[in-house]
Amino acid sequence: MIVFERVDKCYGDKPVLREVSLTVRQGEVVVICGPSGSGKSTLIKCVNALEPFQSGTIRIGEAVLGRGSLDARALRRRVGMVFQHFELYPHLDVMENLCLAQRTVLGRSRPAAEERASALLDRVGLRDKRSAMPAQLSGGQQQRIAIARALALDPEVMLFDEPTSALDPEMVNEVLDVMTGLAREGMTMMVVTHEMGFARRVADRVVFMEDGAIVEDCATDVFFGDPGTLSQRAQRFLSKVLPH
Amino acid sequence: MNYAWDWGLVLREPYAGWLIAGVAWTLALSAAGWALALILALPVALLRVLGSPAIRWLAGFYVSVFRNIPLILQMFVWFFVVPELMPRDLGLWVKRDMPQPEFTTAVVALGMYTSGRLAELFRSGIDAVPRGQVSAALACGLTRAQAYQYVILPQAFRIILAPLTSEFLSIVKNSSIALTIGVVELTAESRQIEDMTFHGFEAFGAATLIYVVIAFGLDRMAARLRPSALAVRT
Repeated sequence: MIVFERVDKCYGDKPVLREVSLTVRQGEVVVICGPSGSGKSTLIKCVNALEPFQSGTIRIGEAVLGRGSLDARALRRRVGMVFQHFELYPHLDVMENLCLAQRTVLGRSRPAAEERASALLDRVGLRDKRSAMPAQLSGGQQQRIAIARALALDPEVMLFDEPTSALDPEMVNEVLDVMTGLAREGMTMMVVTHEMGFARRVADRVVFMEDGAIVEDCATDVFFGDPGTLSQRAQRFLSKVLPH
Repeated sequence: MNYAWDWGLVLREPYAGWLIAGVAWTLALSAAGWALALILALPVALLRVLGSPAIRWLAGFYVSVFRNIPLILQMFVWFFVVPELMPRDLGLWVKRDMPQPEFTTAVVALGMYTSGRLAELFRSGIDAVPRGQVSAALACGLTRAQAYQYVILPQAFRIILAPLTSEFLSIVKNSSIALTIGVVELTAESRQIEDMTFHGFEAFGAATLIYVVIAFGLDRMAARLRPSALAVRT
């Protein structure tokens, strides 16, 4: 579904991704973790062409990034993204947040867009917030709306960039529950997160990054069940993020 | 002080009529200059944010020129210098045949000066919208133009609404500088009353009061627009 082949990226002469190769199969949930500055967010932002890269290719379905020109917009329709700071449109109410891209990008009629939006609001448990403004919602509610906004375009892949790290602790689970439900339904997901409990329960694979390179890429039960086989760096990271 | 006050003077003909005509010219100058400034400022601001480095520099140069040269000097340049630099026939037409040459020139000077200030204000508003908003809009498949149309500019507008009101009040006051090239607006009319009657206190007092009333009215109008627009900002 998503195949990274030797992707390199740098800001000036500072490398941020080094020869990253990675495959995410259809329906797979891959958690990407690692210390801050290791290139996790940059990695997933390359998938929907928000971040350009200098060499290598990323294949998403039949679209190939990094080889000549590509219609980035067509790609982005198929790839939903959820941001650390929600990034709901603060001047629009919830329903308009969910309908804007459906109307301008997919060309759906207002009734069709609102019907889809209503179904998604039900699904994230926020049916009664359709005319609320983002500022009136809690962080957890805003992030659930942001997930619904991405789903409204019927994406084949969902990218999550630290979706819970800006949340108060008591709101983390309501967001993770929505993501877990999505994973159970077979959505292909790449998730940058420090929520190791979520990774252990939901992920098929865990990728550990450091200094822009993938250090570990293994099945979830190996990553958590058999840490002795991991690199020193990954073991140290795990001992810090896992509850004692 | 031995001075015969006569406040009734400004309410008598012909002086009352002069003041009314002055107000009409002041409002016409301000409105036309504002319209020109808005039309020019938005594209300049967008070019400053989105253009290539060369385009950004050019747009920045535009802002520097029109914002930093005193308005009175810009009036003189547009009125006395620019027609001489034009092709001969066009220059003659501007000086002789153009309808309302003083007024038209004053609108151009006032509009260009204000457009430099507005372009900078718009740019600061655009810059104040969090970077993530563009990413979010692009990630949903919007084009950059759509992202600005639906997401960035509406938020930028809400951010700059208060200083935008100040700019609008400024253009009304700045329009008085048009008297230096012969537009008989409110300040010029009050000066004329002073010349005719030697009642400067009343003439300038009346003009002052009228400016205050105009500014107060415009400020009230803007204040009624503001709360609904600002309530939604996080």
